[in-house]
Amino acid sequence: MELLSGGEMIARFLKDEGVEYIYGYPGGAALHIYDALHRQSDVKHVLVRHEQAATHMADGYARATGKPGVVLVTSGPGATNTVTGIATAFMDSIPMVVICGQVMSYLIGEDAFQETDMIGVSRPIVKHSFSVKHPSEIPGVLKKAFYIASSGRPGPVVVDIPKDMTMPNEKFEYNYPESVSLRSYTPPAKGHSGQIKKAVDLLLAAKRPMIYAGGGVIMGGGADLLKKLAQQLEYPVTNTLMGLGGYPGTDKQFVGMLGMHGSYEANQAMHHSDLILAIGARFDDRVTNDPDKFCPSAKIIHIDIDPASISKTIRADVPIVGPVIQVLEEMLSLIDDAPARSNKEAINNWWKQINEWRQVHGGRYDTSSDKIKPQAAVEACWRATNGDAFVASDVGQHQMFTAQYYKFAKPYRWINSGGLGTMGFGLPAAMGVKMNFPEETVVCVTGEGSIQMNIQELSTCLQYGLPVKILCLNNGYLGMVRQWQDMNYEGRHSNSYLDSLPEFKTLMDAYRHKYVEIRTKDELDAKMEEAFAMKDQLVFINCYVDPEEHVYPMQVPRGSMRDMFLSKTERT
Amino acid sequence: MRHIISVLMENEPGALSRVVGLFSQRNFNIESLNVAPTDDPTLSRLTLTTFGSDQVVEQITKQLNKLIDVVKLVDLTEGQHIERELMLVKVRASGAQRAEVKRTVDIFRGNIIDMTPSIYTMQIIGESDKLDGFLQALGGMHILEVVRTGVSGIARGEKTLSL
Ligand SMILES: Cc1ncc(C[n+]2csc(CCOP(=O)(O)OP(=O)(O)O)c2C)c(N)n1
Ligand SMILES: [Mg+2]
Repeated sequence: MELLSGGEMIARFLKDEGVEYIYGYPGGAALHIYDALHRQSDVKHVLVRHEQAATHMADGYARATGKPGVVLVTSGPGATNTVTGIATAFMDSIPMVVICGQVMSYLIGEDAFQETDMIGVSRPIVKHSFSVKHPSEIPGVLKKAFYIASSGRPGPVVVDIPKDMTMPNEKFEYNYPESVSLRSYTPPAKGHSGQIKKAVDLLLAAKRPMIYAGGGVIMGGGADLLKKLAQQLEYPVTNTLMGLGGYPGTDKQFVGMLGMHGSYEANQAMHHSDLILAIGARFDDRVTNDPDKFCPSAKIIHIDIDPASISKTIRADVPIVGPVIQVLEEMLSLIDDAPARSNKEAINNWWKQINEWRQVHGGRYDTSSDKIKPQAAVEACWRATNGDAFVASDVGQHQMFTAQYYKFAKPYRWINSGGLGTMGFGLPAAMGVKMNFPEETVVCVTGEGSIQMNIQELSTCLQYGLPVKILCLNNGYLGMVRQWQDMNYEGRHSNSYLDSLPEFKTLMDAYRHKYVEIRTKDELDAKMEEAFAMKDQLVFINCYVDPEEHVYPMQVPRGSMRDMFLSKTERT
Repeated sequence: MRHIISVLMENEPGALSRVVGLFSQRNFNIESLNVAPTDDPTLSRLTLTTFGSDQVVEQITKQLNKLIDVVKLVDLTEGQHIERELMLVKVRASGAQRAEVKRTVDIFRGNIIDMTPSIYTMQIIGESDKLDGFLQALGGMHILEVVRTGVSGIARGEKTLSL
């Protein structure tokens, strides 16, 4: 039997749980925990420069591995600084455990120094939260937190730990809980066989099928099975913004992303399809456009681990609640055994139609301009990284261009804040990935607006030697805001011009990082290669792109999926 | 349509705020809500009434079920059930009015549970409609205070909501 203090139990539990890195920032209520961390070497703590960045680092790690990222912060401002990061993870169903210090339990409710009701503040943006009432509960509570965060539909879990739960001289028995059971929480283990059979019958009978796959395919570990299913059936696949890489973006059956900035062919094919197989996707408003006009002739099969995602905005004809791996495996074996084959002739015609749509827009952009088009910069980045980098993105036009033009061939490589759209996510998320994949190329694609929302982390990069590459598509504007102002406010650019940008070169010098500037089209590839060749250095690539550029296609507000603007002068 | 949703949940601090928070967060309406511990001290039972289309109520039950603190729930209005609500009403009544109040209470099978020379306090139990009806019947009286518990419900016959 081993006696440990609450603080020691936290450190020890994290080790036993197999956690290598945690991300955080110390302060009064967490000092006993920090002292316990100091007296061991198994769990490594990464000191960020702002707690929001700690959550995004943990989040980046989680998105790249599927495992929960861990954050440790103090009470009050330390805890509230994590709110944006927790909400970001919540919206995208990312597993995360956030351990927050809290004031002494006997002071709670008295407006003590640095007291914030973190359980209350975080309530709408967590999967669950715990408040520790006795030090001996710590291992059990943490085990539950990890289990809840990473099982079923993953999400962030907050654990609030009052300082007196971690007193160094109060020791209690420690045992690592090998298993956990919660009477009120049992994630679905198996999809309903009858429903799966029905789904397969519909799939094989379809004439204009579409596979619409979201982030759940990646987080559920189902990317390989999705590929197998799609290729066996030879059906077209579209990915959501969160699902990119869940099906190889370079494959001929891939028709691109769908939704607000989806490809012409993906949105057309969705609109005209007679059967949609939705997997780990949630029909959100950035995908469906007006739900009343959504895909009028399609029957819908919806596979999801979360029953509440099914028939929330769009009614499913065949709902299947279960883990993506199990459901797809069962579907594949039914397809193998089925006497009926898919309707070859209809599918050929369908592909003919889709290939015609592909010709209409085809991701074209103006290549004759002498300015650098942001799309071209992303393509150059793709070439310089052999299309095989981890790419973390910030939020704005640059994010959409990256989603459209960086063809992700593998899952877990596209790291972006899809649901919350958090500017400032990119750099710390990239750092979280790089910390755990030191041999891999990790890029943060950003804008000169977004990068300034967590730019203090350049210091963390220096301290821990995190040679991420920052590709800043510098258009001098809050480009996405400007685009909406161009389209909806007669070009009145209210507060979307970014005056007084820092001299990024001087800034990089200050942090002892490298700087590469790209001003003309002809130097795009060479400079990009030069930057990526500096393997052991953080390089800020300041790429001056055309400020006038808009992201297209763009769905027409309140229209159907197929209603799109295709350029500044064309619409469907 | 009106639905009565009955929920068994962990009797833990914070559980109630999660349930209530869910309703405001997701723009669901709550008409009435009551909650109390059960014979099993680790569980409390919460009953709420809400109005919504089938689709909204389906979302409500799914989202409630997703809360880790929620152990089990049932939409009582899906089957045969009994519902009750308790109401306390205080009126000012004097002279001839006093007899009329007494008559009305009798008709509604209520009780007078406290009185002064000018005040009657009454208790009425029944379905919410009946309670509404009682208040209407008191029409002309000077009502000083009305307190309602919100609906409690239970399924008829063999069906139970228990672990
Ligand atoms: C924290 C936060 N604040 C505001 C917004 C709204 N917003 C969305 S995109 C955008 C502009 C981003 O500008 P920049 O990073 O330069 O990228 P660009 O669109 O120019 O590529 C803004 C302000 C947001 N998504 N996140
Ligand atoms: Mg910009």
